[in-house]
Amino acid sequence: MTARAFLVRGLVAGLLAGFATFLVAHQVGEPQVEAAIALEESAAHQAAPSTPGMSAHAHGSDHETVVSRGTQRTWGLLAGSLGVGVALGGLVALGSALAVGRLGRLGAAAASAVVALTGFVAVALVPFLKYPANPPGVGSAETIGVRTEYYFAFLLISVVTAAAATVVAARAWPRIGGWGAVVLGTGTYVVVVAVLGALMPSVNEVGDFPAATLWAFRRGSLFTLAALWATIGIVLSGLVGRLEQREAATNRRRTLAASL
Amino acid sequence: MSHAAAAAPSPEVAIPAIPLAELAPWALFFGLIATLVLFFVSAEQGAVSLTSGTLIHEFVHDGRHLLAFPCH
Ligand SMILES: [Zn+2]
Repeated sequence: MTARAFLVRGLVAGLLAGFATFLVAHQVGEPQVEAAIALEESAAHQAAPSTPGMSAHAHGSDHETVVSRGTQRTWGLLAGSLGVGVALGGLVALGSALAVGRLGRLGAAAASAVVALTGFVAVALVPFLKYPANPPGVGSAETIGVRTEYYFAFLLISVVTAAAATVVAARAWPRIGGWGAVVLGTGTYVVVVAVLGALMPSVNEVGDFPAATLWAFRRGSLFTLAALWATIGIVLSGLVGRLEQREAATNRRRTLAASL
Repeated sequence: MSHAAAAAPSPEVAIPAIPLAELAPWALFFGLIATLVLFFVSAEQGAVSLTSGTLIHEFVHDGRHLLAFPCH
């Protein structure tokens, strides 16, 4: 199997994942985004009833924005979902191409599934646990710089640690077996990320934003991320597995023909 | 069946790995494109701005929030 074969399948998986992401985000997440924007606007009107339309925010009613809310929650959300889906689908596929033959005796389908699962934990879940998604109206505009730095710094720490832990596990595999390698790898990752996560500064700018709306939004965001990574993992390992079986069948036939 | 048994996996028969030299150009080429796309969805016209205005920020706004990136 070639790197190109992996990448092409990753792009297909990513495209499907983009649509799945949009569907879940639109159905589960958007109602919470709308609720948060309504809260934000009513708070803004109470604070400054005489200056409507002064906000430079991306959200708010249509007359304040370049892109209407209707476009933001449909075409904009779809474009963002497809972009992230295809980009991550391709990256997961290249990670799988690197992993196959280097992760114990895992074949292409199993290696792809492991890479996608690791990606979900390291890229989506763990950063979310430290710096969870916030709806519009949570977080002050002045701190967007440091919050973005913290988020991407921790994301980088998580991804690098996951990659290093995977290398450690793969090296130890022949000596301690598959079970031991998985325990060693996940253990290394969890300990390093927990310690560094505890050392990183925390962000709390929730204020008096309603807890139920915040939770519903964050749950919707997690479902969106889960849909993205699950679709990439399932479709990619399915497609790559089919190619793997076809190539194995060809090889068997060739061996049989050579032996006759 | 005897052929399948002869070719059955033994600890010595490794799963073939893709050489790093074959992987590197694809990783470089696609890595750049993917980083660019992810940057525009996650951070452009937020904490960092390569282009002026708020058009891109607003267009991908809801995706940025729901995919858990810091937005504003
Ligand atoms: Zn926002």
